[in-house]
Amino acid sequence: MTAYRLGSGGVVDRSNTLSFKFDGRAMKGYAGETLASALLANDQLLVGRSFKYHRPRGIVTAGPSEPNALVAIGKGAATDPNTKATVAELYAGLDARSQNRWPSLKYDIGALNGLLSPFLSAGFYYKTFMWPAAFWEKVYEPLIRRAAGLGRAVLEHDPHSYEKCWAHCDLIVVGAGPTGLMAALTAGRVGLRVILADEDFRLGGSLLAETTRIDDRPAVDFAEACLAELRALPNITIMPRTTVFGWYDDNVFGALERVQKHVVAPQAKLPVERLWRIVAKRALLATGAEEGPLVFGGNDRPGVMMAGAMRTYANRFGVAAGRSVAIFTNGSAGYRTASDLSAHGVEVAAIIDSRDAPRDAAPAGVRVIPSASVIDTRGRQRVCGLVVERAGFEETIACDAIGMSGGWNPVIHLACQRGAKAVWSPELNTFLAPDIGNGLVVAGSAAGRYSLGGCLRDGAERAARIAGDLGFPSVGNPLPAVGDEVDPSFTALWYAPGAKAKAFVDFQNDVDVKDLGLALREGFGHVEHAKRYTTAGMATDQGKLSAINTTGLLAAMQGISPADVGTTTFRPFYTPVAFGALAGTARDERAAPVRKSPLYGWAEKNGAIFVDSGLWYRPAYFARHGEKTWRESTDREVVNVRQHVGLCDVSTLGKIEIFGPDAAEFLNRLYCNPQPAGRQGALRADAARGRNSL
Amino acid sequence: MASLIHCPHCGVRPSQEFSIRGDASVVRPAPDAADEAWHEYVHLRSNPRGRHREHWHHVAGCRRWLVVERDTFTHDVFSVTDGAAVAREGGR
Ligand SMILES: [Zn+2]
Repeated sequence: MTAYRLGSGGVVDRSNTLSFKFDGRAMKGYAGETLASALLANDQLLVGRSFKYHRPRGIVTAGPSEPNALVAIGKGAATDPNTKATVAELYAGLDARSQNRWPSLKYDIGALNGLLSPFLSAGFYYKTFMWPAAFWEKVYEPLIRRAAGLGRAVLEHDPHSYEKCWAHCDLIVVGAGPTGLMAALTAGRVGLRVILADEDFRLGGSLLAETTRIDDRPAVDFAEACLAELRALPNITIMPRTTVFGWYDDNVFGALERVQKHVVAPQAKLPVERLWRIVAKRALLATGAEEGPLVFGGNDRPGVMMAGAMRTYANRFGVAAGRSVAIFTNGSAGYRTASDLSAHGVEVAAIIDSRDAPRDAAPAGVRVIPSASVIDTRGRQRVCGLVVERAGFEETIACDAIGMSGGWNPVIHLACQRGAKAVWSPELNTFLAPDIGNGLVVAGSAAGRYSLGGCLRDGAERAARIAGDLGFPSVGNPLPAVGDEVDPSFTALWYAPGAKAKAFVDFQNDVDVKDLGLALREGFGHVEHAKRYTTAGMATDQGKLSAINTTGLLAAMQGISPADVGTTTFRPFYTPVAFGALAGTARDERAAPVRKSPLYGWAEKNGAIFVDSGLWYRPAYFARHGEKTWRESTDREVVNVRQHVGLCDVSTLGKIEIFGPDAAEFLNRLYCNPQPAGRQGALRADAARGRNSL
Repeated sequence: MASLIHCPHCGVRPSQEFSIRGDASVVRPAPDAADEAWHEYVHLRSNPRGRHREHWHHVAGCRRWLVVERDTFTHDVFSVTDGAAVAREGGR
């Protein structure tokens, strides 16, 4: 056993035990946690296989950026493939299965692709196309298609129902962490109609895993007090389980509300998901910041995780990622995870720091190795150690989990979706939101103001300014007092030197440092080219973890600033949205208007089988008693028409009556087909063409 | 493209309610105009980056033809006018 449930702690409901299944194995978790958290508590480190090399992969994050822990949830037609275990809310009876493995997660034949990896390097799709076409079609493509892939789409009719709604507000606050909560409170108190949306099932964001006290009480209690006040305000709409996925023209936001994704049997009277279009006079982006992974040899082995995610699992869910955890960091955040784990009684094997003279305080008795690099990890389907290199001296340190912390990147996707490019900040070593005017204001960590006190203040101040702009009283609130502040500083480390194994940049698409180097060498060094050539950032996680490192590496390889490399284009959707939700109620017979000819009722009474003809429903044949196939009915009808007479309903076609002595000649001049003159009572179908089309 | 259109008859409506016919600046030539003029009118359209006037039909609303003046690059909408009013103004 390595990962395990802590004896106490976390904001899960330990009195409410939930039974669920993973790959058929019965497991138990608690209400209030995610599937990923419950899997970790059950020491299920291996959760999937990577796309290309089928390498064993484990949970990396505790949120929507997760590249690895994609599972299929549900049974039969109601299966949801490619669901991130890190955001899936645990419920009693949840049935999850791992993907992209055969015959089983533990023994996977596709892992042989790893041995073929010299042939599957960046751009291999394009290069193999140059081989004899027959070889590609018969050998390569079927092989690749079978081996590569994520979850399987369900081919059955989706039994779930969906709906679409519009909402209007003065202010939409995206994200209910410290910044968002303060903003919603400030705006709500002076009367703005506010929508507060958060993708999580429990609101509070980073406060749910925060150990710093606010107003001398736990941060979670502070969040709950804010929410209690917000719930009591009639002008506030709180939308949990709602991902704001897009920012569109005229400050219209697209959002997906997961109404019944967290229940085993959805009620028929409610939709499973609701697609919202929210018209907001103003918007405040309080989406926080994402910790960046470090690119080092063997960084994809199950058990290697974001340090901040380990902190979330311990503090919010009461789960330890391992019994003996090593931390690899380039900044203060790694030390924060180390001390939180230590406080929970988890052994910290060592802190490996890439910086030369870190001044951060490590927990008592924990060894700090500065100016060092992790060059490899040990273990097969789970990590059992790492290799540290310092000035040519290599040392193996035993551990059963590795937390990596590569600095902070604001979550600015929405702000960049309408064309403006993210701006490089040399001070913060990351990209910040561009200047996008008043409609959408970025605040808190999402604006690079990382401290807890700074987030609370920023949320309150910016919301007060928005209230003033909209003609509401712009009343400031007394700011809560924040306990010990932490230092968010870090020193950029795009690549941990000396890698002895593949150092992955994009986990889901198996892109490593060498692939980026190859792209650069072969003339595909532009960030948009490199993305397509290597497929970095093209997986279902859209490069949430990998994009900044891709840019940083391309810059470092060329000795230029990341500002000169830039980012790839941000586009909706922020996270994947099911087609069902986009279609809403417009599906099956409601997908298009139904048009019935005047004879429809008569035909229906006479047993017509209808066929769609454009929007019209026309009788294809009239089945009679005893006729088993369409052919039998049609044959009878054909014989009848030849011997007697038939009636065809063409009333659905357009009709123009033309009469007079020269009617036929007139038609002759209009049509390329000559019109037979003088044939009375004859019928002929022709195409008429307007200015634009047929 | 704009998410919301201010219809002079229906107020602010989602752009999904409208159907776009195309360039509102082209003028039908005289019946006896040269083939070149007809060719241009029927087949040739410019694809401007910037200000553009288009005929929009409020299909799922008042069903009136409207002239929408918008910027194809910034997506700003400058004016929405009833088609009949535009025609009267132009003496057509
Ligand atoms: Zn209208």
